[in-house]
Amino acid sequence: MSMAGSNRRGRSEQTEKSRLTTEPGPGGSIKVKADIPSVESASREVQDRILSDAQRRGYNNQCLFAIKLALDEALRNAIKHGNQHDPSKKIRIEATISRETTVIVIEDEGSGFARALVPDPTLEENLEKSSGRGIHLIEAYMNEVRWSRGGRRLRMVKKNDADLLPRG
Amino acid sequence: MAETIPAVSVILQRDIKIIEFTNSKILDEANIASIGQTLTTLVEEGPHPKLLLDFNNVDHLSSAALGMLINVNNKIRERNGHLRLTNIKPQIFEVFVITKLNKLFKIYPTRTEALASFTSNFSQTK
Repeated sequence: MSMAGSNRRGRSEQTEKSRLTTEPGPGGSIKVKADIPSVESASREVQDRILSDAQRRGYNNQCLFAIKLALDEALRNAIKHGNQHDPSKKIRIEATISRETTVIVIEDEGSGFARALVPDPTLEENLEKSSGRGIHLIEAYMNEVRWSRGGRRLRMVKKNDADLLPRG
Repeated sequence: MAETIPAVSVILQRDIKIIEFTNSKILDEANIASIGQTLTTLVEEGPHPKLLLDFNNVDHLSSAALGMLINVNNKIRERNGHLRLTNIKPQIFEVFVITKLNKLFKIYPTRTEALASFTSNFSQTK
């Protein structure tokens, strides 16, 4: 229950075909690992877990909003566009949350995509198209975003601005 | 068990349908699809639909929700109607700015201003 340490020993939670584990890291950081099936409802537990760990480490509301939004969009992309809702395909999530940064890696088992070929949704001619904004939002809200392994793996980083830029 | 709370509430003021989102999150695909369906029904009830969407309760929304709003906007335009958005919290408004959708949608700070805009638009175009 200590506010400072939050050193819960590594524990494992099993939900239907989902697996979520956490382990404490150096300097009060925590690593959250999860394997989830390609179902929207299965992604909520890990999202909530990452957000509550970031909140506990002093991230301000704007940072938490950014992480929530990027995480939601990234997992939705992995489920829908990556694994195409195939229940036999998994999504692997690994997040390292420290007081300074939240690093999230998400990998799906789909056929990948080429980032460069995704049209810019903010161009005049694309404004009325109803899709294609998820990636744009992830890149806008996170400090670093990188796709690898043919677009199947996404690594994104959010800095804890509360430490760098005190607000008010 | 009791997941029957509708995702929107609708009030009719003159010929304007004021729609308030009741949830703080517009994220789940099923939820978004159901809202999209409700709005489409409201749009298709008659010619020249006038819809005002009140975001007062909304704290989170996804790109899929934006897509749904764009579809609704397109349907309203097809019927020569008007769509207005209001009471968008700063964090959510930033999402509209980042995606440049603040240029596509007509967004007003308050419900009163949004309602007044229908009248001024009406007198300008008629």
